[in-house]
This record gives sequence, C-alpha cells and structure tokens, in this order.
Amino acid sequence: MFWQQLINGITLGSTYALIALGYTMVYGIIQLINFAHGEIYMIGAFVGVIAVAVFKLNIFIALFMAMAVCIFIGVTVERIAYRPLRRSTRLAPLISAIGVSIFLQTLMTVMAGPQAIGFPQVIDDQLYHLGSVTISKVQLIILVLASTMMIGLQLIVKYVKIGKAMRAASEDYDTASLMGINVNRVISFTFAIGSALAAAGGVMVGMYFNSIHPLMGVMAGLKAFCAAVLGGIGSIPGAMLGGLFLGIAEVTGVAIGYGGYRDAIAFTLLILVLLFKPTGILGRPIQRKV
Amino acid sequence: MDSLLTNFISPYYIKIFTLVGIYIIIALGLNFITGVTGQLSFGHAAFVSIGAYTAAILTARLQLPFLPSLLVGGLLAAMVGILLGFPILRLTGDYLGIATLGFGEIVIVVFQNLEITGGTIGLSGIAKETNMTLVFALVIFTIWAMYRLQNSRFGRALMAIREDEIAAHVMGINTTSYKIQAFGIGTFFAGIGGGLYAHMIQYLNPTDFGFSRSFEYLTFVVLGGLGSIPGTILGTTILTLAPEFLRFVAEYRMMIYGALMVIMMIFRPRGLLGGVDLGKKFRAFSKKTSQKHAG
Repeated sequence: MFWQQLINGITLGSTYALIALGYTMVYGIIQLINFAHGEIYMIGAFVGVIAVAVFKLNIFIALFMAMAVCIFIGVTVERIAYRPLRRSTRLAPLISAIGVSIFLQTLMTVMAGPQAIGFPQVIDDQLYHLGSVTISKVQLIILVLASTMMIGLQLIVKYVKIGKAMRAASEDYDTASLMGINVNRVISFTFAIGSALAAAGGVMVGMYFNSIHPLMGVMAGLKAFCAAVLGGIGSIPGAMLGGLFLGIAEVTGVAIGYGGYRDAIAFTLLILVLLFKPTGILGRPIQRKV
Repeated sequence: MDSLLTNFISPYYIKIFTLVGIYIIIALGLNFITGVTGQLSFGHAAFVSIGAYTAAILTARLQLPFLPSLLVGGLLAAMVGILLGFPILRLTGDYLGIATLGFGEIVIVVFQNLEITGGTIGLSGIAKETNMTLVFALVIFTIWAMYRLQNSRFGRALMAIREDEIAAHVMGINTTSYKIQAFGIGTFFAGIGGGLYAHMIQYLNPTDFGFSRSFEYLTFVVLGGLGSIPGTILGTTILTLAPEFLRFVAEYRMMIYGALMVIMMIFRPRGLLGGVDLGKKFRAFSKKTSQKHAG
C-alpha cells in the first residue's frame, strides 16, 4: 500500500515538478511570478489532444508539437507582456501576467468550449507488477520522460554556454549584462525551456487523467508554483524536490481520507514551510541590505 | 430611497452601481494593506468570504438583524486577519504574497467542506438587505476613514514601513505591531464588503472567492494607483464597469479585459493615478485661476 501510494505520488509529483521548473527559472532571473505559466501548461495539453485526436499523430510527435507551440507562445508572451515592463515597479509585470492568463484562458474557452475534453487513450492500459506494487504503462512513460527532461535540463544549465549564462543572469542580472551576456536572449531562452517543460507536463497529465479543460491550468499552476516555493524558488533541484514532495503529500492525504481537503494540502504545507524556512527547503537566505 | 431612485435609474444600473460601491469598500481595504503599508496580499477574497459567510449565516440561520451581523462579519474577518498576521507578516515581499495566496485557497476548501456554509452547493436563501443608499453611505464612511487613517501619525508610520521597513524600524516604529494593525483594518473592510455582497447576491459559493477574485481586487488597486484613494476608486469603477460595457462582445469580453490589463500596465505601470497628488493638482489649478482673475 505504501509503495503503491509512493509510485502514484511520484508520478503526480513529477508533472508538478515539470511545471514548477518554469516558475522557478523565470523567478530566478527576473523575480517575476509568471502567473500565465499554468495557461501554457493547459495549452500544451490541448495541442497534444489536437495532434493525437485530429491529426492521428503518434503521442511522442504530439508531445514535440505541444512543446514547440508552447515555446512559441511562451517567448511571445514574454516579448509582448513582460519585456516592456522590465524596469517598472514589481507589481506591474505581475498584473500583466494575470492579464495574459485571463486572455489565454478565455481564448481557449472560446475555441474549445468550456467543457472538459477527453484525452484519447493512446497508450494501452498494460500493468506491470513489481512485488505488491502495480505500475501502469502510462505512469512508467511519465516517470521516464519527466526524469529524462529534468536530467537534460540540469545538464544544459551546468555545461552548455547558454545555461551558464542563465546562472550568471540569475546571480546578478546587471553584472551579467555588463559582462557581455545578452540578457534578453537568456530570458527568451528561459521562457522557451520553461514553456516546453510545462507543455510536456500538460500532455502527460492529459494522458494520465484522460481529461483536459480550459481552466485546468489554474489549480495545477498554483500547485506547481507552491512546489517551486517549497523547494526554494530560484533553485532548479528545489523545484524538482518540491514537486515530488507535493505529489506524494497530496496522494497520501487523499489515501488517508482527506480527499475533500485535497487542494488545501499543498497550500497548508506551503504556509508551514514558509513559516519555518521562509525561502523554502533549498532556498538561499534573503539578504536584507540597509 | 432606493425605490425613489428606481424612478430615475433602471434596476440593472442600480445593481451595477451597488456592486461598484461594494467593491470600492473592499478595494480600499486592500489598498490600505498593499498600497499604504506595502504588504502584498493575494488572499483578500478569503477575508471577503469570511465576512460574507458570517453575515449570511447570522441573518439566515440565527435570524439576527442585518447591520449587527454585517459588523460581526467585518470584526471576524479582522480577527482572522490579525491572527494570521502574527505569524505570516514576518515574511516579506513576494513570500508574503504567496503565503496569503495559500491561506486564501485553504479558506475556500474549508468552506467547501463545512456543513454550516452549505459545502460545495453553496449557501442560498439569504435575505436581500443591501441597497444602494446603504452601500454608498458606507463607501463615504470608508473613504473618510481611509483619509483620516492615512493622514494620521499611524498612517505616516505605515507609509514609512512601505518605503523602507528597516529604516522605519531603526527610527523607532514598531513595524510588526503596525503591520498587524494595518492588516486588521484592511481585512475588516473586506469583511464588511463581503457581508454587503452576500446580502446583495443572496447566494454564496466558496468558488466565488478564489484567488482569481483576490487578483481582481489587487488589479483594481494597482490599475488605479497603489496607495491612492481616488486611484483605487477610479480603478475599481472602471474595471467593474468594463465587463458590463464589453457585454456586446459577449464571449470575447474577458479576452479583451485581459489584454486591457496588459496594455494598461505597459503604458501606465504605476497605475492611472499613481504618484498623482490630486490635492496638489487642485491647489495648483485654483492658484492658476485665481492668478488669472487677479491679472
């Protein structure tokens, strides 16, 4: 029972982690809580459904399409709604992000209708038994894909030039630009990666729960954001850890009979963690300058 | 008074203007927390819901008169605000915002699971007690109270905290106590607004008070200009009326609303009346005109 819940929790948690990475990377560089990120995830799921159901494409090609479309949307949103506000007050880009979020939600509701859409079953429901634990093929694919992507991201950030530039920009935005880093390009790249991961998360959740709708981004986005903060916002390993932690906590909470409070579990954890360690589990302490 | 008004204005407009009035009370409460004291709150709708449910339960289930219930709703919201403020106001900036957002979502889930609030089905059968006259009387009271608070010693201390918390602390301001008091005052007005809302709409559902509603209130304040009372009133009025005016574009109206928010931020990031001192403008204007008369 415990191991079964753990597997279910990790599956759910890895989708949260994929979305959380987008929040954490963007926050790390421009200190913006990108509230439109949940909508990118939702659009990813929709593109996935269209590719699979309408164009009858293979699920992996659909996944790539969703990622490509979301990269385009993510970068465009940054260009139009956040870049002109780079030097203004802290709240202005936040309000702008909320505007974008409302815009994309309504756009999808108008285009696809407000009701939930079924995600076609693309992967046969084969089950694998490992001792007392049962793991479905969908779960296995999610786990493998999510961990590949996260390892890939970690490698890019550690060893590739643009990844190093990202780290430099998140360390000190102004100094990085003085050192000859094209900060605008780095930010576009950050949005591109974050959006691609969110889109992948969207398609996976669609596969897992077989249902998507235009407002699915709201709660998932908030929880992923919680995951990012739990792990320490700005920290990539923190987002992964936070996502997994949250997924496991939520599944456990439901398993022990608090199903009705499902959506509160994440937020309760969030407040508790913030009270004892205000910058999250792997976060660096805030420096207060006088 | 309201029946007299219906001779001049259609009931539809009365309803819309009443709603604007209620939102102004709520938004001014948030302005006091975020605009004046500089504490980011993403959970304002939760306090509105506490006031709304308290007032509604008191009148509908316990048959108490409306006005005392309204007051109790406001006081309970303030009490929760103060209790939450003790631990949570130690956080600063975005982290405070995130924690209040989390609190707001928890409140909704709790209301969804309680029996007395009607759970997910919601609470109906609330008497219609709110009318435009009462709301506008309370709006005027709120504006007066906010002006008095802002321009008092207390208000100036809050603004000092907003500008630089550490410096304010060094100057001998008890920042924690002041922040908690400001939070309590802001949430009190949220609760009052909630009670008025409940007795106007006559139906309450926990999902009506989600984080998107909290953001809506924050947008009212930011678009008008943080810390500015006339700005908050202007922002609330425009944004509450905007979806009504955009009704002719039906399903696209929220899309336009979202786009408008982005455009407004790009061209006027400090809000419509942010950094504009209306009193100063007015004095300069009257000086100019009097000079013209003299000359």
